[in-house]
Amino acid sequence: MDKLPFVDLMAEKNRYHRRGDLSAFEYTCQAEITNVYSLTETEKLYQIQLIDREERRRFTFKPGQFVMLELPGIGEAPFSISSSPARHGNIELCIRAVGNLTKFLARVPRGTRVGISGPFGTSFPVKEMRGSDVLLIGGGLGLIPLRAPIFAILENRSAYKDIDIIYGARKSSELLFTYQYDMWRQFDINLDIIVEQADEDWDGAEGLITRILEKRCAASDLSKNTYAIVCGPPIMFRFVCDMLIKAHLPVRRIFVSLERRMHCGRGKCCRCNIGSTYTCLEGPVFDYWSVMNLKEAI
Amino acid sequence: MIFRVFDKDQLQRLYDVLAVNHIVGPVCKGVNQNSAPLYDFDFVKTFSELKLDYSSTIHSLKRFVLPPRETLCTFELGDDNWRKRLDFNVHEPIVFFGLHACDINGLNKLDKVLNSVVYPDPYYVAKRKNMFIIGVNCSPQPFCFCRSMGSDSALHGFDMFFTSLGDEYFVEILSATAFEYISAIKSREPNERDHARFKEASEEKINNFTCHVDTTDLTKILDLEFQAEVWKTWGERCLSCGTCASVCPTCYCYGIHENVNLDLQGAEKIKQLYSCNLIDFAQVAGGHNFRPESHVRLKYRYYHKHRGFVEAFEESLCVGCGRCGESCLAGITVPEVIASVRGLER
Ligand code: SF4
Ligand code: SF4
Repeated sequence: MDKLPFVDLMAEKNRYHRRGDLSAFEYTCQAEITNVYSLTETEKLYQIQLIDREERRRFTFKPGQFVMLELPGIGEAPFSISSSPARHGNIELCIRAVGNLTKFLARVPRGTRVGISGPFGTSFPVKEMRGSDVLLIGGGLGLIPLRAPIFAILENRSAYKDIDIIYGARKSSELLFTYQYDMWRQFDINLDIIVEQADEDWDGAEGLITRILEKRCAASDLSKNTYAIVCGPPIMFRFVCDMLIKAHLPVRRIFVSLERRMHCGRGKCCRCNIGSTYTCLEGPVFDYWSVMNLKEAI
Repeated sequence: MIFRVFDKDQLQRLYDVLAVNHIVGPVCKGVNQNSAPLYDFDFVKTFSELKLDYSSTIHSLKRFVLPPRETLCTFELGDDNWRKRLDFNVHEPIVFFGLHACDINGLNKLDKVLNSVVYPDPYYVAKRKNMFIIGVNCSPQPFCFCRSMGSDSALHGFDMFFTSLGDEYFVEILSATAFEYISAIKSREPNERDHARFKEASEEKINNFTCHVDTTDLTKILDLEFQAEVWKTWGERCLSCGTCASVCPTCYCYGIHENVNLDLQGAEKIKQLYSCNLIDFAQVAGGHNFRPESHVRLKYRYYHKHRGFVEAFEESLCVGCGRCGESCLAGITVPEVIASVRGLER
């Protein structure tokens, strides 16, 4: 009898279209690092451009989503996109040099070719927030995932009511994107910054982020028509979200972005799971109701 | 579904017909300290090697669909650019001869994740599409609790399935290819008596189960008992060795790393199966570990299998094969862990 026929997934007839195309699973866009700016001692802002014009135009993402950045032979990791969605395939990633890949990245010159795949994950519902007040609360590196929704809101500023950005860092030297604060303020945005340990360069507020939040919570009724986006270290989440809930902000209108170890970004490797929920598929953006249902989330 | 019955002495003929392809099946690899045979799935070279009456294999057949280590792609590195080359690492179809229902169901469960609509994993799908599966009925071992997990009978995911009726096989045929192969041997339509014998055989199998797990409301109980002390007791025993995940037919988590070749002209991306029990499973760059303690990792494994997967797919990610319990150096078994979380002494 005949041998069993071999099914070759790469053969034309076995290919699906677009998203489901199996060879697209491993598809990486070639991209170039066009500019690098040092923001602090350890964080750099990378401007990255997809090389193919058509790919660049087609690349669309929603604020809160992430990409996988790959340096062939070095590694691949997820990074939240921190530029405006309006800029398509000209993306900005703000990356702290901590691991193998990111330390290597900190040393590469402009013009280096990297691989970008994605975007992946859920996003902040900035459209749904139109017509409401929005509180954007970031602690430490939490300003990075906040930057895309900030841009999205600024580009459509008149559609929103009061916008508050509350940002806390440990030291003033760790503050990110300092050069943009004035620009944000010009858009009628309330930007409050607080640092835990003030030094001589700092003449702003000193203390924990909750100090500012407390005042903001008292200033208006949060139970109606307010949304909050919270990003930052786990310990901050807990305090900030508790405070918002006490101020009667509905749990469905609090959004957080959770970050975990990830190897695939496609709901396969399990590394990002929080008690069996894939952060890469159902997150990184969750509403607080979902977080309450995730054991071990924060 | 088409049913046929054939004489057991036709089996070799069927094997010979199929042997134009590669055949993987249960073979004896040695004996344990009690002189009981140890079986594993491997390539079969002669019919006599194939042990269809095997009890259970140490490993599942996972390595044929999810190799422990696999090169996902290679890169050619140029001066200022690079090119990526993909290879799904499968070149020929393989006949899997003699899988028990639990392993067939294990593959069906893997399909839910790895052959999903949104991001199908081509490395898995390519291998999966090149499988021809022959199932065979089994007799429950003392550690098998597949019936509790609803995996004791395979309804799909095979080409044919044999049930032994004394000196004959009752065969269910699910694919046209399988039908062709069966046509190459002498077989007949089943009669009333065969139907009765088939039902008797499945009744007998059901009665032979000695190991059970109560899964009633398990998702809720796992949530309620998330902070229970019993987890710590199990955590103290667990060696965080990852053996359980390595023998499990449905554990699929992995890690990826990349290497640059010594000549700096190329690089490769390698996928390595992992285990959520290993210490750095959830450790992120910078050193923070989301699950530093062994009991938290062990709990997580149970959570994924018996709660998260159930919520997503209305079935458990555990088929109840009992392999993890049999292989665990610390003697941690699923039925005992679940009973203790339910608050039942065993
Ligand atoms: S095999 Fe046993 S000891 Fe090893 S990780 Fe699994 S449960 Fe722990
Ligand atoms: S968890 Fe254990 S019993 Fe369940 S399928 Fe995996 S190896 Fe088998």
